[in-house]
Amino acid sequence: MQLPDAEQLLASLTGRIRSDVAANTALVGIYTGGVWLAERLHHDLELALPMGTLDVSFYRDDFGQIGLHPQVKPSGIPFEVEGSHIILVDDVLYTGRTIRAAINELFDYGRPASIRLAALVDRGDRELPIAAQYVGATLKLPSDKMLALEKGIDAKLSLSLYNPKSGG
Amino acid sequence: MNNNPQLNKNGELQHLLTTEGLPAPILLHILDTAESFVGVTERDVKKVPLLRGKSVFNLFFEPSTRTRTTFEIAAKRLSADVVNLNIAVSSQSKGETLLDTVNNLSAMHADMFVVRHSQSGAAHLIARHVRPEIHVINAGDGRHAHPTQGLLDMFTIRHYKRDFHNLRVAIVGDILHSRVARSQIHALTTLGTPEVRVIAPRTLLPAKVERLGVHVYHEMERGLKDVDVLLMLRLQNERMLSARLPSTEEYFKYYGLTQEKLALAKRDAIVLHPGPMNRGVEIDSAVADGKHSVILSQVTFGIAVRMAVMSILAGN
Amino acid sequence: MDPKNGIDALMDVFIAAGKIVAIGAGPDGFQANREINAKDLVVCPGLVDLSARLREPGLEYKATLESEMEAAVAGGVTSLACSPDTDPPLDEPGLVEMLKHRARSLHQAHVYPIGALTQGLKGERLTEMAELRDAGCIAFGQSDMPFTSARVMMHAMQYASTFSFGVWLRPQDASLADGGVAHDGEVATRLGLPAVSVCAETVALSNIILLARETGARIHLCRISSAEGVAMVRAARRQGLPITCDVAANHLHLSEMDIGFFDSNCHLVPPLRGLSDRHALRTGLLDGTIDAICSDHAPVDEDAKLLPFGEAEAGATGLELLLPLTLKWAAEMKIPPAAALARITVEPARILGVDAGHLSPDAAADLCIFDPGRYWKVEAAVLKSQGKNTPFLGMELQGRVKYTLINGHIVHEG
Repeated sequence: MQLPDAEQLLASLTGRIRSDVAANTALVGIYTGGVWLAERLHHDLELALPMGTLDVSFYRDDFGQIGLHPQVKPSGIPFEVEGSHIILVDDVLYTGRTIRAAINELFDYGRPASIRLAALVDRGDRELPIAAQYVGATLKLPSDKMLALEKGIDAKLSLSLYNPKSGG
Repeated sequence: MNNNPQLNKNGELQHLLTTEGLPAPILLHILDTAESFVGVTERDVKKVPLLRGKSVFNLFFEPSTRTRTTFEIAAKRLSADVVNLNIAVSSQSKGETLLDTVNNLSAMHADMFVVRHSQSGAAHLIARHVRPEIHVINAGDGRHAHPTQGLLDMFTIRHYKRDFHNLRVAIVGDILHSRVARSQIHALTTLGTPEVRVIAPRTLLPAKVERLGVHVYHEMERGLKDVDVLLMLRLQNERMLSARLPSTEEYFKYYGLTQEKLALAKRDAIVLHPGPMNRGVEIDSAVADGKHSVILSQVTFGIAVRMAVMSILAGN
Repeated sequence: MDPKNGIDALMDVFIAAGKIVAIGAGPDGFQANREINAKDLVVCPGLVDLSARLREPGLEYKATLESEMEAAVAGGVTSLACSPDTDPPLDEPGLVEMLKHRARSLHQAHVYPIGALTQGLKGERLTEMAELRDAGCIAFGQSDMPFTSARVMMHAMQYASTFSFGVWLRPQDASLADGGVAHDGEVATRLGLPAVSVCAETVALSNIILLARETGARIHLCRISSAEGVAMVRAARRQGLPITCDVAANHLHLSEMDIGFFDSNCHLVPPLRGLSDRHALRTGLLDGTIDAICSDHAPVDEDAKLLPFGEAEAGATGLELLLPLTLKWAAEMKIPPAAALARITVEPARILGVDAGHLSPDAAADLCIFDPGRYWKVEAAVLKSQGKNTPFLGMELQGRVKYTLINGHIVHEG
């Protein structure tokens, strides 16, 4: 199936977020795709606060089934979370479980004034009451397919679809 | 018997009993995961929900408040329930065997045993006899191994030196009786350290120690020359009683780490010690508190490394 | 197959009234009550074992006389020497008589007790050796217990030699071996096990050899373990000293490497040593420096082995493995089985000073009949011994006893 162009989606997402940005807005990207997006957004939106990163491995609810993720990245929140206005950034919004884990982790750094969510793609099929305020595109995908963001050697972002069993 | 008792049939870590025989990717995975936990330990809320509902039993057949505490903190920061058992006097004296004790505790739905014992091989024995869903971490068995200490030393070395591939490392002191030294040696060689030295009088070196892949030195003056990392070992007072050494004074004079001896190492050398230190015996206070010392970092990193080990094991 | 008489041929053996009456052609008018067809089997003298712990009196929770005597005949062993380290030790004639009586009443292997050389094996004061001899002891030893001084050792040798008693000693300097549980080599270093150096054996050997020369005592060295030890024994024998020597079957085949990850079944005394030591033992046995192979049978109860290596009790069951391990040595050294059988028949009988270990007319009909080609798996369930611990557990060995005869009676049929 024809997937939308990630760079175009990012451009429209950037435009929509820009109008809401204030001096105290902070971006936090979720590994791995969300961090790439947040880096681009942070640069393009010329935000004052440094960008944060989250690896939600320690907060996942499927640890009991699949164990620890083989490559855990350190989370880093280089700004004061207490009282901040945070925009969480992820590439694909699906069941909502990753976002749940990310919100939990954020609260272990402090109590933010607000959290909003930006996702490049919302593929629906939520399992938790979570919604994104900024969405690049909404897609309906077969449940046996995984959608992920990829970063080319030219730093260009693209979306790709694969079967989880065959890896990717 | 020759398949590695630490790995499950998928080649994943089932127990952590020794650093010997573990493939480099597993060691590196532990170190990499620990990097993430260092961040956690620096937050306001120093806790993650990873091991919520899991029970970690600290089985200490040999008293060690210090080591037990680090495991306890690590487990609690992973949200596990922790049960501390000092078994040195309680049930063992009533004729209950080591395995009786372990079986009784398994029945209390333990998920993980952290074992400290005075006999080499105790953790292997327990690992061989626990139910398959239970994980065993060796927190020191006799003279054999203390893998989490070895790993936290590797973490510390990597933190300051980035890489192992061009390091010269010297381990100084009572190699013969040291489980820490053995765990350090295996981890260093597996991670590709080109030169590992041991420095000790002959009475404190085991037979054929060079077969572990180390170079043997008896003099600090030669052994410390141009090293990047100094791993100091604790000297027990028993060594004087067993006629292996004449006195702590003579030991300090020839093998104690002083500023003068440290000057033989590289200018940016780091000094590690597993603690607790005997100041004025194996290390001079000026060195222990000096700018080359990374001993306090070791303590901090120790928690993160133990969190990493526990979370990897619990997930496998 | 009879090493003593140089027989290795297809022949008939005729037995009557507990004795061998003829080999080859039968006596005139011989009428057999029973015939054993030994086609494809080997008929050899009943095996003679120089070191079997029967654990009686006192240690019946490890093994009983009944269980271990059954193990002996299941292993083809018809004569065995048992060491004095029972509880109490065999240091009084009454204990020895009781043991002999108990053993006799079982109508199985002939039991030859080694008496304690010192009272309570404490290495301090001599036992009543002559009395003990009258009660049935065939030699005197200390098991694994040390003398309190070299002076006591010398006097023990002098006194024993007065009566021409053999003195059986396992060479180990107690202070050098103190606390050690494994060979002082690569494996103990890797596993952090307290070590027993080779010099614990050689220093003791040196004392024994010098005192043997001084006192003229007839010495039997039990379970030598090191290459240097073998060299010292070779040199002493070359000087004409009356010294004999045995090696444990386990030590012919295993080394420190077999400890693996703390396998307590490999916790043996003396410790399994290096590969070069094992090689020296194998060749020392071949060239006659070492006279005999013993089973070093030491049944240990399960609980005593389910402990960390250093705390686990040393020892392994061995009576039922003596034959296959001897045949394995022969096969690996490429020597005829008959030559190997000498090390567990006629040679140990000579050391014991008893008329056993050969097939001659008028000798007691103590026979072992075994299937040399048959493989069997060493498993707890097949071992008759109450001790189920051996480093060979789970392995397949070749050579299985089919019949054991003592005084002409079939006491084991496998």
